[in-house]
Amino acid sequence: MVLVFIDQAEKQIKKSAFEVLSYGAALAKQLGCAAEALVLGNVNDDLAALGKYGVTKVHQVSSEGVQHFDAKVYTHVIAAAAQKTGASVIIFAHSINGKAIAPAVAVKLGAGIVTGASALPKTDAGFTVTKTVFSGKAFASIQIETPIKVVALNQNSFGVFTQEGNATVEAIDVAIPSPSIKITATELVKGEIPLTEANIVVSAGRGLKGPENWGMIETLAKTLGAATACSRPVSDSDWRPHHEHVGQTGLQIAPNLYIAVGISGAIQHLAGVNRSKTIVVINKDPEAPFFKAADYGVIGDAFEIVPALNEAILKSKAGA
Amino acid sequence: MKVLVCISKTPDTTAKIAFTEGNTKFDENGVQWIINPYDEWYSLVRAIELKEQDATTIIHLVTVGAADSEPIIRKALALGGDEAIRVNINSNDSFEVASQIAAIAKEGAYDLIFTGKETIDYNSACIGSMLSALLDMPFVSSANHFELAGNTAKIKREIEGGEETCELNLPAVISCQKGMAEQRIPNMRGIMAARTKPLKIVEPISVTATTTIKNFELPAAKTGVKLVDANNMDELVRLLKEEAKVI
Repeated sequence: MVLVFIDQAEKQIKKSAFEVLSYGAALAKQLGCAAEALVLGNVNDDLAALGKYGVTKVHQVSSEGVQHFDAKVYTHVIAAAAQKTGASVIIFAHSINGKAIAPAVAVKLGAGIVTGASALPKTDAGFTVTKTVFSGKAFASIQIETPIKVVALNQNSFGVFTQEGNATVEAIDVAIPSPSIKITATELVKGEIPLTEANIVVSAGRGLKGPENWGMIETLAKTLGAATACSRPVSDSDWRPHHEHVGQTGLQIAPNLYIAVGISGAIQHLAGVNRSKTIVVINKDPEAPFFKAADYGVIGDAFEIVPALNEAILKSKAGA
Repeated sequence: MKVLVCISKTPDTTAKIAFTEGNTKFDENGVQWIINPYDEWYSLVRAIELKEQDATTIIHLVTVGAADSEPIIRKALALGGDEAIRVNINSNDSFEVASQIAAIAKEGAYDLIFTGKETIDYNSACIGSMLSALLDMPFVSSANHFELAGNTAKIKREIEGGEETCELNLPAVISCQKGMAEQRIPNMRGIMAARTKPLKIVEPISVTATTTIKNFELPAAKTGVKLVDANNMDELVRLLKEEAKVI
């Protein structure tokens, strides 16, 4: 059985969960077994409806001790649930929380693990998973040698697939260890789309000359329902908050559309965004290295192009 | 307090990524090696800052790798740290590497173990999480802030769309990222001192690897950028809508 871990925060299932459900269901089909899901904590979502992503059963642990993320507690509970349900493959999202617990769960289960998977495993002979390495600059095919396997899927690399169907929801009884941490505060950036969950990201760099010029970036992002991001020099100069920095040492993101304005495209920046499906580069320097990694390029003055692009999108939306 | 800082050797961020032996090995030809940036800039420097606040703090560095890792571990010692341990084995299996570090950690009875949030070569982000399981310690990942008061650590970590603050009692494993500390450059005194700091070579414990790398491949080259006239944003919108289908 393929068991998919469903991550939640603030009683809401995370967007990344729907993709791992689809991935887990596709893998189960390939292996000729069932796909089931595991949720820790109470959520407002209708768990039976997760059946439409291809899982037949949703196991839920709703004890007080798992309402908030505690890596040590979650690891213990997930490993126990995996053993109790007889799971042979456990799937996680390669998200912030997934990275914290998937490797530990693998250790507890004596399982081999591949994190950052970019496609379905090849299972005709053995169990080989392709993952991104060298910050997205290459792929490695890795064979898992153990009977139980753990795979953590790169976000936005497989897609979400739905079908008809409902899952049965069952409470699962596992021992809950005492908390290992005490969460004292949670601050969410209000009214903004989390960068790692955004389908579209509008990003800008030093080419914008100063923080006072970000209005047009925010306007374009708003029109597209996008999150905003920036390059390292911009966050280092405090033009923009640090949580917006994408790149090798900042966030690594993989949106469907990444629009880079006034960013030259240094290799360290590309490492954070090269898994984006479509990249648009707007830069006045035709020699900017970013054009080599782009799908679409516009050479010219960002201060004219960005507002014009915004107008064109509004016009297209009004027409549609 | 005893801190163990995990150090990994990685190719420089600008290194050319190529493979040899039928795409089964990373081509090390002409590659400059560096300390994995997350290990160096964030976890090692934060450990050094803790020692600057409390001189009784002892910092040990550990790396898992063959003799060619020594320049990297010496460079780390030049930044700070009291002594280093090199476990003499090359491995690409995270479990095998984590098991070696766990063996060192158990023997040294450390209060705090720092890792980078991931290495920039294999990007697996496994070692910290695995250490927490092997050592049965609390784990906070992607930490961007760490303060210590007695035995209690106050840590901020990144979460989707925000930040979370938590407290825990040591011992613990923490994986570090941007925000923990500012990058430092080793000074001449540090470099001289590093030459005489102890570097212990330890033979590996026997562990069965759980994974094998079969081969590598490079992504298909982009077909080339499609340039759109700066005065024709309607065309760009059309392409994004009809060709790329992303808006």
